Amino acid sequence: MYSRAYKASVMIPPLLWVAAFLLVPYTMLFAYSFWSVSPAGVIVHSWNLQNYLELLRNPIYATVLLRSMRIAASVTLLALLLGYPLAYYLSFHAAKRKELLYQLVIIPLCASYLVRGYAWKTILGSDGVLNAFLRYLHFTHRPVEFFLYSPFAVVLTLTHIYTPFTFLPIYASLEHVPRNLIEASHDLGAPPWITFRRVVWPLSLPGVVAGATLAFVLTLGDFLSPLLVGGPSGIMISNIVVSLFGAAYNWPLGAAISLSMLLLVLAVLFATEKFERKLRLS
Amino acid sequence: MSADAARHAVDRPPRTPEALLSIRQVVKQFAGRPVLCGISLEVAAGEFLTILGESGSGKTTLLRLIAGFEQLDGGEIRMEGERLDQVPAYRRQVNTVFQSYAIFPHLSVFENVAYGLRAKGARKSEIPERVIAALAMVKMEGFAQSAPVKLSGGQQQRVALARALVNRPRVLLLDEPLSALDANLRRQMQIELKSLQREVGITFIFVTHDQEEAMALSDRIALLRAGRIEQVAGPREIYGRPLTAYAAEFIGQTNLLRAEVRDGMARAGSILWRTLGPPGEITFSLRPEAIRIVPPSRAQLVADRSVAQFRGRVRNQTFGGAMDVLEIDCGDAQFLRARVPSPGPVSGEMEFEFAAADAIRLREGSDH
Repeated sequence: MYSRAYKASVMIPPLLWVAAFLLVPYTMLFAYSFWSVSPAGVIVHSWNLQNYLELLRNPIYATVLLRSMRIAASVTLLALLLGYPLAYYLSFHAAKRKELLYQLVIIPLCASYLVRGYAWKTILGSDGVLNAFLRYLHFTHRPVEFFLYSPFAVVLTLTHIYTPFTFLPIYASLEHVPRNLIEASHDLGAPPWITFRRVVWPLSLPGVVAGATLAFVLTLGDFLSPLLVGGPSGIMISNIVVSLFGAAYNWPLGAAISLSMLLLVLAVLFATEKFERKLRLS
Repeated sequence: MSADAARHAVDRPPRTPEALLSIRQVVKQFAGRPVLCGISLEVAAGEFLTILGESGSGKTTLLRLIAGFEQLDGGEIRMEGERLDQVPAYRRQVNTVFQSYAIFPHLSVFENVAYGLRAKGARKSEIPERVIAALAMVKMEGFAQSAPVKLSGGQQQRVALARALVNRPRVLLLDEPLSALDANLRRQMQIELKSLQREVGITFIFVTHDQEEAMALSDRIALLRAGRIEQVAGPREIYGRPLTAYAAEFIGQTNLLRAEVRDGMARAGSILWRTLGPPGEITFSLRPEAIRIVPPSRAQLVADRSVAQFRGRVRNQTFGGAMDVLEIDCGDAQFLRARVPSPGPVSGEMEFEFAAADAIRLREGSDH
């Protein structure tokens, strides 16, 4: 048994960390969101709800937020469609290739986000690899412009970046499905696809939920991909926050958007948590 | 029937035409390492057959081949004459009770038992009735709506049994199902398992490494050793007439007597008894309980040596309640262990005897 003093002393560093880098900034953000900027460009410390009213009044924010959520949902769906079969294959059928394939999924995570973003830029651009290839095959005669600088490019790039994040929890949950349960299912007369539907899929759902949540939340807060490949039509909500804290110099409005986003993400996490518990108990 | 003829009958596996399951020359290797080296075995309908062996003898592999979880490398398995080994596991009329139970953790007890019925598309209306009946059979009907994680090991075991039996399989395979239970529960489950088998009349193939369990439960025991069948016989037969030194020592305890056989007489050191069969250096098995103490009042030589008599010094006496175990030094580095009705404290030289028929001649060259 460890003494209380020992347990308390172990807890001090993480608590300090959380206080300094989470609690304090969020409190400041909270305060800022109720302040405003004077016409002279000075932040006025008088409490008001102007920022939140502005978010409701100006349709640009709702439009961009909805687009962000649509992109996040698309990325989540695509990442699941790519990640689940891959994880299933690795866990059940890869045999000797398992280790190699696993590493191939992990290695891209070590490459810089920017590198991967620019890679898509060179692939999708008007002088890019994709256009050159299409021209080589004589499918097109002049460069296709809409590949790059569109929500499509953002979805493509983010799917590439976040698929490993959905793959990993799904793979982990599939690895934890006891193999004798699959044998038991066959033994009881269930052919492979019924075995998948009634044993493998339900037992891997926690991984699916965790992977989907990760992809959705990370995509929703992303601002680099829209910046690199999104163009004006691919702007996401975080880009607005970045500009408000930067060139536009409206920290109070930026803080209000940030806090609204935080609440939205917490709501998503809360809902998936509930959903997963319900799945586990039913 | 002479003792020799009886032994001959045991040598040959009974090949009855009505055998439910025929295992013929089955070979299985894992990564080039032979696990089963030509197993042949016939299982009759309604039989309780135990596959007994040490860990690594291949007994679980044989069971998994019958269930369809592994593919044969040679030989064949037939059920009522039809090839079984080429049928996928989910189409075999065989069910398994797994060592680790393998209960579906995300399904209720009811849904676990209903799993096989639903998978095979049983009529919806008859599922509840059959599931409850199966649960009642193992005294678990009160737990239908429970989550399996809340059940004890013994209860999970019962659910696993119900889940298998509800499908009315032709053969039920049980892979050391009782090994995870504590001693008391284990004995109780042995009794229940045996009466359950009589009740449902389904063929049970039971795998265990516990020879006492095998003897208590089985109609027949197939003793497996390093991927080969050492002996197949009923429990009394295999105990009373072991074919090899391995069988004699694995099932119960025994004394192995190395004897010189000549002119119908066997001689091991100073011990002499009448025997049948060809002459030579022969090993005999003599169960400890076959040896008796001769009271001094009756110490008289039996002339035809149908009873072997010898003097020995009691080296050690272990009190065991009704029966004591004596370690007897017969001279010539020959030691025998005797289990006798507790004679009170004994020591020094005494007269012992055993019936010549109790010294079982073992097959030579069986130590592969």
